[in-house]
Amino acid sequence: METYSFLRHLADSWFLLAMTLGFLGLCLWAFRPGSRAAHQDVATSIFRNDDHPAEANPAKKEG
Amino acid sequence: MLDYLKLAGLGIVAVLAAIAANYARDLAYQVNALTVMLAAGIVFLWVLRTAGDARPNLQHEYFDDVVRAGAIATAFWGIVGFLVGVVIASQLAFPQLNFEFLQGFGNFGRLRPLHTSAVIFAFGGNALIMSSFYIVQRTSAARLFGGSLGWFVFWGWQLVIVLAATGYVLGATQGKEYAEPVWYVDILITAVWVAFLIAFMGTLFKRKEPHIYVANWFLLSMILTVAMLHLVNNAAIPVSIFGSAQVQLYSGVQDAMVQWWYGHNAVGFFLTAGFLGMMYYFVPKQVDRPIFSYKLSIIHFWALIFLYIWAGPHHLHYTALPDWASTLGMVFSVILWMPSWGGMINGLMTLSGAWDKLRTDPIIRMMVVSIGFYGMSTFEGPMMSIKAVNSLSHYTDWTIGHVHSGALGWNGMITFGVLYYLVPRLWNRERLYSLTLVSWHFWLATIGIVLYASSMWVTGIMEGLMWREVDANGYLVNAFADTVAAKFPMYVVRALGGGLFLTGALIMCWNLWMTVRAQPARATQHAAVPAE
Repeated sequence: METYSFLRHLADSWFLLAMTLGFLGLCLWAFRPGSRAAHQDVATSIFRNDDHPAEANPAKKEG
Repeated sequence: MLDYLKLAGLGIVAVLAAIAANYARDLAYQVNALTVMLAAGIVFLWVLRTAGDARPNLQHEYFDDVVRAGAIATAFWGIVGFLVGVVIASQLAFPQLNFEFLQGFGNFGRLRPLHTSAVIFAFGGNALIMSSFYIVQRTSAARLFGGSLGWFVFWGWQLVIVLAATGYVLGATQGKEYAEPVWYVDILITAVWVAFLIAFMGTLFKRKEPHIYVANWFLLSMILTVAMLHLVNNAAIPVSIFGSAQVQLYSGVQDAMVQWWYGHNAVGFFLTAGFLGMMYYFVPKQVDRPIFSYKLSIIHFWALIFLYIWAGPHHLHYTALPDWASTLGMVFSVILWMPSWGGMINGLMTLSGAWDKLRTDPIIRMMVVSIGFYGMSTFEGPMMSIKAVNSLSHYTDWTIGHVHSGALGWNGMITFGVLYYLVPRLWNRERLYSLTLVSWHFWLATIGIVLYASSMWVTGIMEGLMWREVDANGYLVNAFADTVAAKFPMYVVRALGGGLFLTGALIMCWNLWMTVRAQPARATQHAAVPAE
């Protein structure tokens, strides 16, 4: 089969399916158990470290 | 040792540029070569004078000098871009403004790409570089990676702007929309962009926060996708290494499709994903509450990534492009409406419980109007991508109006909001010089956009209808010149709207200048720390 026809066929069959499933999987992954706490933490992370980088020693980092 | 290598490299660049200027086959190439020679010479002198200086370890501080420079450059190029826009809008209304003594340099055809590139890549590009460097450092809690790499990105980008702008005026162009820079400028863009990616990724790699905040996802996708688009769309063979002309690798409809795959994703990733990164950081910061839904922001991100890349063919409805391809582009464009509005809702709902701040804080008002225009133009765009609508709207001023409600409303207003947020913080000032002036800017810009968009709707739909009007015998009723004559009042209104927008931006520059000059410095935290 010539390259064009092969790619054209692949694009609207298996590859389309793979990308759709990949997208749905990524969306579902956002709703995994335990994601709420992680998302809460990262959403509020912008309110930390406004003036200086975090200390090199993570034990001294403030919450 | 590194300084010696830098000096040698810069010297070689300057000499090669001088040789290139000598052998130049066209004026634009010659001017560009001399510009490069001058730039290399200035950097050479600077490296020479600072060679061997002790470099203090600054890992406990953010690299904010480059962000400050970015704020100045954003404001400066904004004014330049808006001013050229007002000039070409006036030239369309009053063709006499294409002065005879400026033929070949200052007429509409030469200035129009200067305007689009100045606002998108100079104003928007500097806003993105500035915001990326600010956001990635704060959310990673780490200094920008790569030492002075940030300076290379900043000054390299300014050089790209100057080379492209002087080239356009002197006639060097690839003739590809939003990709006008010629081959050697494209090579410089690639080098600067790769440095941008290294600085950004390197900072993410050494981050002290466990997670990568969602704004960085949008910014990183912008950097990566623009790199890919740029390399594919600008594949060309120079006619001579001493000239600015080149031949594209693709031809015919393939070239058109590659161009609009690039063109639409320049909108989708440069002007949308990148600016969404700004929205996802600066709106929560200004409102002082976390983003409405972090999960929604993740879905917003992946939906844009999976959908945007397919939307390009809607620029080529009813052309030589195969029907299936333009249908595909239309379908993906319509689907894009949903995630776009998800993002708009996410931004707006961040204010829930704090809507009263709209009354007191004109910066939030600016950001909210910007998100509103994001929502409006991401509804208008999918609608215009539908073939039946496109058959009326394509090639008319409606398209110009759509682009400007996105560019002035969404990109412009969010950037103004970010500048008002950043300048007092970057220069360590208590507050802005005047909130009243921010309100003036807000209303001038908003009324300007409304005048611009509504006049372009009227003139666009009018000329679309005039073009397709046929009489009882099937002959076209209107000549092209009839539509041009009918558009005159709307063109005047459009130029007026652009003038108001420019006036607002000038007021902003005055306000920011006075903030830095006249406002008292914020007391630093080191000043008085009580003993514990």
